[in-house]
Amino acid sequence: MSAPQQTADGDAILKVRDLNFFYGDFRGLTNVSLDIAKSRVTAFIGPSGCGKSTLLRTFNRMYDLYPGQRAEGQINFHGNNLLDKKQDVNLVRAKIGMVFQKPTPFPMTIYENIAFGVRLYEKMPKSEMDDRVEWALRKAAIWEETKDKLQQSGLSLSGGQQQRLCIARTIAVKPEIVLLDEPTSALDPISTAKIEELINELKDDYTIAIVTHNMQQAARISDFTAFMYLGELIEFGKTDTLFIKPKQKQTEDYITGRFG
Amino acid sequence: MSELATPAPVDVHARQVRKFKLQDMLFHQVTLLFAFIVLAALAGILVSLAIEAMPALKQFGAAFLWSNVWNVPEERFGALSAIYGTVVTSVIALIIAVPVSFGIALFLTETCPVWLRRPLGTAIELLAGVPSIIYGIWGLFVFAPLFAEHVQPTLQAFFDGVPVIGGWFAGPPIGIGILTAGIVLSLMVIPFVASVMRDVFETVPPPLKESAYGVGCTTWEVVVNVVLPYTRVGVIGGIMLGLGRALGETMAVTFVIGNANRIVGSLFAPGTSIAATLANEFGEADPGLHISSLFALGLVLFIITFVVLAISRWLIQRGVAKQGK
Amino acid sequence: MKLYSRRILTNRIGIALSMIAMAFGLAALMWILWTLFSNGFAALSWDFFTQDTPAPGSEGGGLRNAIVGSLMIIGVTTLVSTPIGILAGIYLAEFGATSRFAATTRFVTDIMLSAPSIVVGLFVYALVVATLGGFSGWSGSLALSLIAIPVVVRTTENMLLLVPTALREAAFAVGAPRWQVSLKVTLRAVKAGVVTGVLLAIARITGETAPLLFTALNNQFFSTDMSQPMGNLPVVIYQFAMSPYDNWVSLAWGGALLIALLVLAINIIARVLFRKKSTA
Repeated sequence: MSAPQQTADGDAILKVRDLNFFYGDFRGLTNVSLDIAKSRVTAFIGPSGCGKSTLLRTFNRMYDLYPGQRAEGQINFHGNNLLDKKQDVNLVRAKIGMVFQKPTPFPMTIYENIAFGVRLYEKMPKSEMDDRVEWALRKAAIWEETKDKLQQSGLSLSGGQQQRLCIARTIAVKPEIVLLDEPTSALDPISTAKIEELINELKDDYTIAIVTHNMQQAARISDFTAFMYLGELIEFGKTDTLFIKPKQKQTEDYITGRFG
Repeated sequence: MSELATPAPVDVHARQVRKFKLQDMLFHQVTLLFAFIVLAALAGILVSLAIEAMPALKQFGAAFLWSNVWNVPEERFGALSAIYGTVVTSVIALIIAVPVSFGIALFLTETCPVWLRRPLGTAIELLAGVPSIIYGIWGLFVFAPLFAEHVQPTLQAFFDGVPVIGGWFAGPPIGIGILTAGIVLSLMVIPFVASVMRDVFETVPPPLKESAYGVGCTTWEVVVNVVLPYTRVGVIGGIMLGLGRALGETMAVTFVIGNANRIVGSLFAPGTSIAATLANEFGEADPGLHISSLFALGLVLFIITFVVLAISRWLIQRGVAKQGK
Repeated sequence: MKLYSRRILTNRIGIALSMIAMAFGLAALMWILWTLFSNGFAALSWDFFTQDTPAPGSEGGGLRNAIVGSLMIIGVTTLVSTPIGILAGIYLAEFGATSRFAATTRFVTDIMLSAPSIVVGLFVYALVVATLGGFSGWSGSLALSLIAIPVVVRTTENMLLLVPTALREAAFAVGAPRWQVSLKVTLRAVKAGVVTGVLLAIARITGETAPLLFTALNNQFFSTDMSQPMGNLPVVIYQFAMSPYDNWVSLAWGGALLIALLVLAINIIARVLFRKKSTA
């Protein structure tokens, strides 16, 4: 099981090797190895508590915030091991953005929500910043709804709009990878459809890794799918293959709804 | 869309990263410094009191705690009468405040009509914020005269000749004294204790209460058999918090306790408490043993309240922790 | 059936007692407020705000010097204790999850929330008044700061801990350094709560008398010099109320009413502010 499960084609931007993760004494991930293909959508599915979110949170070292959580193994990104102690986490996070389950607009104006992250690593005149904000909002397909109220609080938007604002905020920083942690689970079906459409458009420019508990969603939007169970990567491959002809019995049971 | 072509990925400057690292370190150190200032200031209180109290403690030794003499001209000092007054007034305050607060908390959480809960609860909380000096002058000008005229003679007549209890109510009914101070103090702590009790009562999970009601319990039975056992620790913590407040209260007591450095069996008699003695004498005390003895009193008060409050905090936290399970 | 009716009776008695307790508590407290208002309003006049405290036994006069002194002492206290309290609170919330030092600080501030305020007065007397030779408005502010800071520290920390983890993580996820996450995102998200904490601290110190007795002392003349003894409402109320002069006693009631109204107003503002925020 520990042999790397390579993706079938394309360049790998993240190479995960023998990743183990611990919450104190509890082992959350066991010997996970896989490649995340560049400019593709990779979906992670599995029952609750299978470790799919945990895996996603190792990619941007989010677990670093919590004492007692630690990861062992390798996550290769442009030749560096992300898990290396010397690796600067802020830098990692600027390159690998993340969108959360619940919309998390910052307590600032819509404009500032976008500009906040950009300003961290880039100095630019106001006019250029205006362009960047517009660009990001357009990319996230929320420009039309927000262009007249950029100075209003981000909290004044509806849930679905807030989530697209969060996506805009994430891509405004121009990361290479965007991590989406169940981004539609708190949204209504129409907002969900808009976000799925958006993911489809974004994958030309970004590598996307998405955790979802919705198998149809994974089937609709992803190029590759990883099925996880009890902290282990059970099966990983092209989405079409995995959903039509799963190799593992557990995968088949899960996608046919026999458990989970 | 075409005029907004996708820019190439940014090169993130290493300099910026170093700057952030430095700023974060600075941020950590600065906030740490302020937390340290807070701790140091508060720890400093204990140390400075101990240093200033040293001459008196050296002179009188541990006997300071149980000596009943407070003689300024002869420079002989003992804390007993002040400790006695502090403890007795606080105990009287709790004897009155605990059942009343319990009743209030019970009313607010169980029997009060829902539309009245919020306004009454807010009123109690606002009253907890009324400065204690207001309780003090009310006690002096309004309560004490009425108490002397109507209540004290009645109590005396009622308990006249009864062994022990009769002695508590002996002496001239002058209004101010230990009992009056205790009663005024109780009114001051009722809002505190009632608010804490209400808060802990509200931590009882509704399903627990509902299942008790479900088997046919009356409101009173639910309170006695479910709410109280479940919140016991928190309730005791709330009472200790009230005790801590009562022990250290200065203004509500000073006005009405009578400020006499002696111990008399009667609760009608004037007495003093540690805080009242400090408020009265410190301003005019001569340097030397007198002032040092006052510091020693302050130290005793600080230690007593510290212990009481520490226990209270521990109990309240345990109560809350249990709720978390 | 007999058992059942006894249970009902017990229940009725219990509920009746709780209602009596509520009535007793409210009645006593209303009584206090009522006497305060009736006696206090009688003392309020134009002179009350524009004249200084009168000499013993003389008529007229007001509390101008005490009102101004109180406002200055409270103002300085607020300016000192707000930043210290907030920064210390941030430390406890951001870095204090596991450290022993933070646990100790948290414990001591909790104790100080209810510790006897007169002891704080003694401390500042020993530390400042006795060593720098004299009572002053500054030392009064210092004493009140020691009472206000724990309130600000604990509310700030508690408010910050209420910030959803996802919001903090989202701020880290765009690559923000810790200080920006703290100051620009989480602190801003709980702004209303922190302001409430500061207001509650001001309300708390407004009526504090004991710590001022041996620090700011009092001053019967108008003065805005913080390095000198300074008139202030609580100490004036204390001295005047204990005096044999009717005029002084009347002014004390007026001062007490003023303080009570101020404290009540601040408390209500804090509540309204916090409620508006938390329902938004």
